[in-house]
Amino acid sequence: MRTWLPLPYTSLLLLLVWLLLNQTVAPGHLLLGSVLAVMIPLLTKHLRNPQPAIRHPLKALMFLFRVLWDILVANMEVAQLMLRPQLKLRPAFVEVPLDITRDFPITVLASTISLTPGTLSADVSADRSRLLLHVLDLEDEAQLIATIKHRYETPLREIFEC
Amino acid sequence: MPFWFELIVSLLLLGGGTFILLGSLGLVRMPDFYTRMHAPTKATTLGMWGLLIGALLLSSWNSGVLSMNQLLIAVFLLLTTPVSTHMLAKSALHHRLEWEDNTQGQEYAKRFMDDH
Repeated sequence: MRTWLPLPYTSLLLLLVWLLLNQTVAPGHLLLGSVLAVMIPLLTKHLRNPQPAIRHPLKALMFLFRVLWDILVANMEVAQLMLRPQLKLRPAFVEVPLDITRDFPITVLASTISLTPGTLSADVSADRSRLLLHVLDLEDEAQLIATIKHRYETPLREIFEC
Repeated sequence: MPFWFELIVSLLLLGGGTFILLGSLGLVRMPDFYTRMHAPTKATTLGMWGLLIGALLLSSWNSGVLSMNQLLIAVFLLLTTPVSTHMLAKSALHHRLEWEDNTQGQEYAKRFMDDH
């Protein structure tokens, strides 16, 4: 099993995406999709570095909905900002100390930050201990860092248990 | 196609278009590269979602089955946009691109520049 399907979930996802892209469950596409779903993980398994798995799927789902909601709010805020006759921005670089250590959770955190209110992840330090953000309109640095840690990093720690 | 359905689709398309327009407006009005990057990640993502959900509803109604292509595009957009903006920001720092003088916390950015 392990030799032919090293990454069962990835294979399943690949097959699913293939069928969705082609909008069909015809036998031909099932076969082709299955071949791809087996071959691609086999060819790429050596490129992977192991990452922590999602331990709490329900919490992950809650996190996803929270982020989607925040994206909606973020857009309203940025749109409002854009429509002001005078652009009075207080741009800033902010450094966030990271408590999570593994690459994948950090990637999720950085992506979340990039998609939500006025913040953008710009760089991660080489030792993965600090995240550099660019903020469009900074009000209070300490409060922003606290919000990010409390609203996004803590749930991610719980989801990945890292 | 009933009127209320057309109305929902039109609102989604118009809303999406508005957000993309605002994102482009931001691109023009922002003062430096770093602030400019905020516009395409935020406004354009939501704008695209509006268009995609509108397209999803419309083609699902026309074909009678739930059309999944648009949903896949939306998901891929959500996954790839933050990565590409992160790479843009990272390379901007690497090339020591100028920022506006009133930017706070410049010492953090400089520290990151020197690390690499």
